[in-house]
Amino acid sequence: MTDLVNETGLRRSAYQTEAFEARLRRRYQAERRFQLMGIGAIAFAGLMLVVLLATITLNGYTAFFQSRFDVEVFFDAEAVTPSGSREPAVLSAGDYPALVRQALLDLVPDATGRDGKRALMELVSDSAAYTLREMVMSHPEIIGTRQRVSLIAADTADQFVKGHIPRDISQDKRKVSDRQIAWIDDLRAKGVLAKHFSLDVLTQSNSRQPEQAGMWGALIGSIMTMLVTLALSVPIGVAAAVYLEEFAPKNRWTDLIEVNINNLAAVPSIVFGLLGLSMFLNFFGMPRSSALIGGVVLALMTLPTIIIAARAALKSVPPSIREAALGIGASPLQVVVHHVLPLAAPGILTGTILGLGRALGETAPLLLIGMVAFVVDVPSSLSEPSTVLPVQIFMWAGSPERGWIERTSAAIMLLLAFLILMNAVAIFLRKKFERRW
Amino acid sequence: MRIEVSQRAMAGRQDGAVLRGVPNKITARAVNVHYGAKRALTDINLDIEENRVTALIGPSGCGKSTFLRCLNRMNDTIDICRVQGLIELDGEDIYAKTIDTVQLRARVGMVFQKPNPFPKSIYDNIAYGPRIHGLAQRGPEMDEIVRSSLERAGLWNEVKDRLREPGTGLSGGQQQRLCIARAIAVSPEVILMDEPCSALDPIATAHIEELIDELRENYTIVIVTHNMQQAARVSQKTAFFHLGEMVECDDTEEIFTTPRDERTQGYITGRYG
Repeated sequence: MTDLVNETGLRRSAYQTEAFEARLRRRYQAERRFQLMGIGAIAFAGLMLVVLLATITLNGYTAFFQSRFDVEVFFDAEAVTPSGSREPAVLSAGDYPALVRQALLDLVPDATGRDGKRALMELVSDSAAYTLREMVMSHPEIIGTRQRVSLIAADTADQFVKGHIPRDISQDKRKVSDRQIAWIDDLRAKGVLAKHFSLDVLTQSNSRQPEQAGMWGALIGSIMTMLVTLALSVPIGVAAAVYLEEFAPKNRWTDLIEVNINNLAAVPSIVFGLLGLSMFLNFFGMPRSSALIGGVVLALMTLPTIIIAARAALKSVPPSIREAALGIGASPLQVVVHHVLPLAAPGILTGTILGLGRALGETAPLLLIGMVAFVVDVPSSLSEPSTVLPVQIFMWAGSPERGWIERTSAAIMLLLAFLILMNAVAIFLRKKFERRW
Repeated sequence: MRIEVSQRAMAGRQDGAVLRGVPNKITARAVNVHYGAKRALTDINLDIEENRVTALIGPSGCGKSTFLRCLNRMNDTIDICRVQGLIELDGEDIYAKTIDTVQLRARVGMVFQKPNPFPKSIYDNIAYGPRIHGLAQRGPEMDEIVRSSLERAGLWNEVKDRLREPGTGLSGGQQQRLCIARAIAVSPEVILMDEPCSALDPIATAHIEELIDELRENYTIVIVTHNMQQAARVSQKTAFFHLGEMVECDDTEEIFTTPRDERTQGYITGRYG
């Protein structure tokens, strides 16, 4: 160091030595390393998210297409109503599968014998016969005429058309036989069988057959459950937080309550399902597997999250605002309602969204209160049996047919869209309430 | 016990009235304040005269703000704070069971150390107090209260064209005058000011001091200040606090020219503070 001083002839401070500059360089290097690690972490998380979303979208988008047979059906009076009666009871008992079979046989004459006919019928969905029955029931005058009808294909045929079943493996390893493949190719060439864009997967209700299954019922169930959760957890949660934070004396009892609320937030959700089962179902006798009880259980699960978030938001309101209001003679309730709550609203909303987002994706507690039931009807009231999107996803994911894979992915897409919509509304509201001070 | 204290207070008030010819607005007798186990104020006896400015001075932590906050029961909001003794407003014990704090705080307004306007418009900042107390409905009546309050706080000309803008957008000095206007708007009898100029620059401070002098005509003012020159400029009476005790209280001139206690002298000559 001394020679440096001599060279320049200037006095150098302790912060201008080489040793110090080396230390300084190491400090900057540490910062750069930290930043690189941070960027790496974000890039990794982003990549995983892209992979996840891409997988779901690629698996799921085909659910919005449906293979259909565009065929001419002869509504043979002999098969529909052998007695000639037009009574609904008689019409509903008609042999509609025979009409479907005949329409297909007209197009595929080489499907002969019992096996051939059965193999041909496997290509079209069970729902085809019901479609024809509904047509006849609502318009009996079509009996004896020929009508162009669009019938949905069965799952295996649908999946083959979509290219999910490979054709170059031996036929005992796949669900469609070589003969069926030949028919499908022939029908596609004739323009009878084709893939159409279809929103049935959104607008239909659940079914045992993947090609007929949709998630409208689960979506409505989810919306109703969320409404119950929202209506219960937000007012109760905010009221509890306001009381504990603004009014309650600080003593051993309130400390105990606070510890318990914090612990409840960490309780596994399935425990809330057990509580719902033993309390609400067995003790209070509330309607099983309904949106009402689902909402109540999820509200219990969400409450601690909302209370904790709301208390944190209330705590962060500067005390000077409370003093200002008290100082001009506002009552404690006026202080809270007029000044503290509006300022805490953005934080409370954030907590609410976190809680509701978790509740929306929750499956485990709902399984225990019977929402795992197979529900075909769209629930029209809170007390009717219903299911919700995550449970629907859970059930579909557990079924073996190839068609369920795309339906499951499509349901996940809908669930994510629901979640994004909910968050967007919350962010909009938060921006609206946000004020500077 | 209670009667005895009251009689003592009555006697004190009569003495003051006889000696100075000015009635006492607030009398404090044997006031003790504890924060938990820690004693913050010891046996404070103090008379606050009507339509005068009383300054409370003293070094940091001497209890002057604590005493000020006893006068409108702001200390009630602090759980561990305990107030003993007698404080009377117009001869009425403000810590009596029958006294409502909302009513008391409407009569005894407060301006805080840091300007704390509500995050609302300038208009709503002023109108909030009168609205919750039902002094006026929306419309011309309220407009008049807002205008006169801002005028008396010397802020009207600066903000009359932007009453709908947020009060938090004003400068520090303007915000503090807004807070004074907000306190005036509910027509209190007493205004407590807790170091109202400590966050302000000298020009804004001069503004506020002029304002305090004008407000004296209509209100009784108690001001806590660190700044001895300020106390000398704005107040007629000064009380010197030290380590939780009220050492000396007299006319401001007396305190600053011929202090009787040597602690007072030490403080005003700058030996500690």
